[in-house]
Order: sequence, then C-alpha cells, then structure tokens
Amino acid sequence: MYRDYILDHYKNPRNSGELPGATHTYHDSNPLCGDELTMQLRISDGHVDDVRFSGKGCAISQASASILTEEVKGKSLDEVKRIDREHVLANLGIPISPARIKCALLGLKALKGAAWGLTAWPGEEVKAK
Amino acid sequence: MRAPASTLDVARIRADFPVLAQTVRGKPLVYLDNAATSQKPRQVIEAMSRVFEEHNANIHRGVYEFSERTTAAFEEARSKVARLVNAPSEREVIFVRNATEGVNLVAYAWGRDNLKRGDRIVTTVLEHHSDFVPWQQLAAEVGAEIAVVDIDGEGRLRRDQMSAELRKGAKLLALTHTSNGLGTVNPVREIAAEAHAAGATVVIDAAQAVPHTPVDVQDLQADFLVFSGHKMLAPPGSGGGDMSSRVSVAMTEWNELPWKFEAGTSSYVDAIGLGAAVDYLCAVGIEKIHEHELALVGYLLPRLSEIPGVTVYGPRTLDDRVGVVSFNIEGIHPHDVATIFDREGVCVRAGHHCNQPLMTRLGVPATTRASFYLYNTTEECDALTRAVHAAKKVFGV
Repeated sequence: MYRDYILDHYKNPRNSGELPGATHTYHDSNPLCGDELTMQLRISDGHVDDVRFSGKGCAISQASASILTEEVKGKSLDEVKRIDREHVLANLGIPISPARIKCALLGLKALKGAAWGLTAWPGEEVKAK
Repeated sequence: MRAPASTLDVARIRADFPVLAQTVRGKPLVYLDNAATSQKPRQVIEAMSRVFEEHNANIHRGVYEFSERTTAAFEEARSKVARLVNAPSEREVIFVRNATEGVNLVAYAWGRDNLKRGDRIVTTVLEHHSDFVPWQQLAAEVGAEIAVVDIDGEGRLRRDQMSAELRKGAKLLALTHTSNGLGTVNPVREIAAEAHAAGATVVIDAAQAVPHTPVDVQDLQADFLVFSGHKMLAPPGSGGGDMSSRVSVAMTEWNELPWKFEAGTSSYVDAIGLGAAVDYLCAVGIEKIHEHELALVGYLLPRLSEIPGVTVYGPRTLDDRVGVVSFNIEGIHPHDVATIFDREGVCVRAGHHCNQPLMTRLGVPATTRASFYLYNTTEECDALTRAVHAAKKVFGV
C-alpha cells in the first residue's frame, strides 16, 4: 500500500501551499482521523488555471490530494466534474481498505467543495440528498 | 522501572480464546486493542450457546419452565456482577447495552431532575466522549456550568485544580476511573470524598477499570458507576428488563429497581454471557490480571521509548496506571502506523480514542494505542516494537 510514489507525494507534495489569487477555496476535514485539507482553485473561462492544497494528515490523504492536483491543473471544469470516487481510487493504484477510503477521498471532496460547493463524500451524493 | 512479576499461566489462558489462534495475512494475530474491546473465551461463548440450544425463552414473562430457567440465569448474572463490584444490593445493578448508555441513562433520568440553571458540573479532560458529551448537552439544556479539570505533563489529573473546582461547589462530579487514552488511574476514592463534601453526586466511568483492576463501588463511594461487559470478555450489549409494572391510558406506575430501567426484551443472553465472563475473571483473579498487565507495560515502555522518533504519552511509571500505552512515531500519522502494523498481524487502535479534548490537550490529532489484557505476552510486545521498526523503514524515518 505504501508504494514509493505514494510516499514521494506524501513527503514532497505537489502544488502545495497557498494559492495567490484563488477564486475558490474550500476547507474540509475527516473528524474520524483528524485529517485536514484546504483546496484552492483559480478558475477562469471554465478552466482550472491553477490549484494548490495544504493540509495535515495521513500519507494516503495527502498523497491522494497531491496526485489529484496534478491531474486537474489546466483541465476544463467539465473534465474535472467527471472525476469520481472510482477514478481517484484507480489513480492511487493501491488497494485501499474500507477503513481508509475516506482518507483517499478527502482531496476529491475538498476539490468538489471548492469548485461546486458540494459537501457530500464522493460516491455518497445520493445518500446525502 | 520495577515491574511486578506476572503469575498468570498465559499459555493456558490463551488456549481458552479461539480467536487468538487465528492468523492475519499469514502472521500470528497480535491483539493489542483491548481497551476498545476484549476477545471472548470459550466459556463465555458456550454459556451463551447453551441458552439458545437448551432453554431459550423470553425472561420475566413466561410462566413455563424455559422462561423461568432463562430468567434465573439472567438474574444470576446480575448477582455475579453485584458481587464483582461489591454493590450494596443486586437491585442496584442495571443492565444496559454499554457504559455509554449507562451515562446517558444517568444524565437523562437523574440529571434532568436534579441539575438546574447555575449548577456546576465538574469533570476532566481525561473523559471519554461517553462521559463528557451527555453532560455537555445537559448543561446546555438546563443552563448548568461545566468545569473541566486539566492533567499534568504525565497525564495525571491536576489534583490541586480538582480540589479547587470542587471547593467552589458542585452538583455533579463526572470522573473517569481510568483513562482510556493514557491508562492513568485517578484517585477516585479521595476525589469522591471531596465531591460529596461539596454536595455533589458522583458518577464514575469505570469502563477501563472493572476489566483490569479490583473495583469496589462502596469503597469508592460512587453514586453511579458504569462499565462495559464487552471490554471484560463478555459479549457486546447486555441489558433490558421490564420498566413498568402497571400501565393504563391515564398513567404509568413504574416497576421497582432495577427493572424499571430495563424496558423491553433485554439482551438477556448477553447478560448471561457477562455472568460467565465474571466467573472466568474471578477464577483467574483480577489482581493477578492487573499485575500481569503492569509486567507487560514494564517490559514494553523502555523498549518502545528507546526507539528514535517514538514519543510515549501518559505515565512514565507503573504507579496508578493500567496496561494502556499511547505513542506516536515522528513523521508517520497514526493511521499509517496502524495500517502497517496490520500487515504485521498487530492490531492496535489509531485515532483520537473518543478523547478529542485529551488529544487537543496533548497537542496531537491522534495517537497509536496498544492496550493489554490477560492473554497478552512479552513476545507480542516484541512483535509491536518490530512493527514500529517496519513502519519507520517504510516511511524512511
């Protein structure tokens, strides 16, 4: 589960820190384990011009967010919208045990919170309604 | 550190626990999450199966033999529990599902009637959420004040602060006997005496105490004391009975203690399982179990503390503590620690342990916690320290 690239993203997070001129910011947390994550986007013309995140927590939550930021940078909002739970889990490329799923999805949840104000856990949107 | 010698025949004890023979990912199970729940010996499992296979019927209702036999077994379990904690009367033993439900029952039955605007509740930063949230909610509802007593650097209660808070006057003291996060044992008897002198009613959360140390409710002067059977070899969730003796459309006349607080069909098989667990623990000897756990702490603490990057929280000595060891490894989140431990077959708890005020006080989001019971061994302590090294290797710290 702790492959080298996961640990690399954890120790050297990409797109980390404060985003100057952010148009969308969302802070989220997973109270169960105390993971915290802030996702910031600069959106113009329906595209994610830039993205950064900051947070503290386990390797899975921070690496997953880091990988996600690399993916969404420069993408259109339509493309970003299509990123779902399964996509994020597949992108991580490691088996995630049920107890750790929320760690893996915190980044996507914060991203969707920032872009569209969505507050449900990815994959549980229907239940949340 | 001078650890007491264990006098338990652990190999024989382990043979009573079928689950301990299991393997995890090809490695022997090392179960070190006993503060969360304990494993069950064959004697408890069989006592419960016997009810289902030999005389199952609803209790306190039928007038036929099976109902009477099951009722007798259920009430016998109550007597065993009463003897275990030296209750003044078995009628003061009320079966509920767990300690959390026990505190809530006290809060809503006693608290709502007795706590008024401006009353003071004294409690501590060591409380499990179970013994904090009900009082916090009730205080907000009735307009009572809550004073939360702090700990020192080793996780021991600030006695001076506790005395000062009680001297200001208190209607209720909600105090944990033994911290589930750090293993600290509080001087309950002394504090209860001070609380009574201040006019307070005393609620003791003994969920981490009754399974591991002798507890005498009369000696402690506890007005209410709660604990959970599932942490002491019994199944999760025991409780129930008949709450009302006569019901009409106009009024309800309540039954006597304890049955008036045990409405509905109870988890009577669980209660009978608890009775068998009490038999088992008493046959082994609670004092011996406590010494065995302290021997394991005495073995683990120096070995764990000497590993670079490991911070141990809570008492550094064996005085007034139980077999709970909370720690962190620098640079690795406790959830990652526990995930790597799992691959080594080592089950520990990682998280805030339903102790968020305590985690805030310690300045950490979470800790990794190993907690012992009568069947744990020094070899399992070694497995834990090996797992610490494995985690450090994975993370390169």
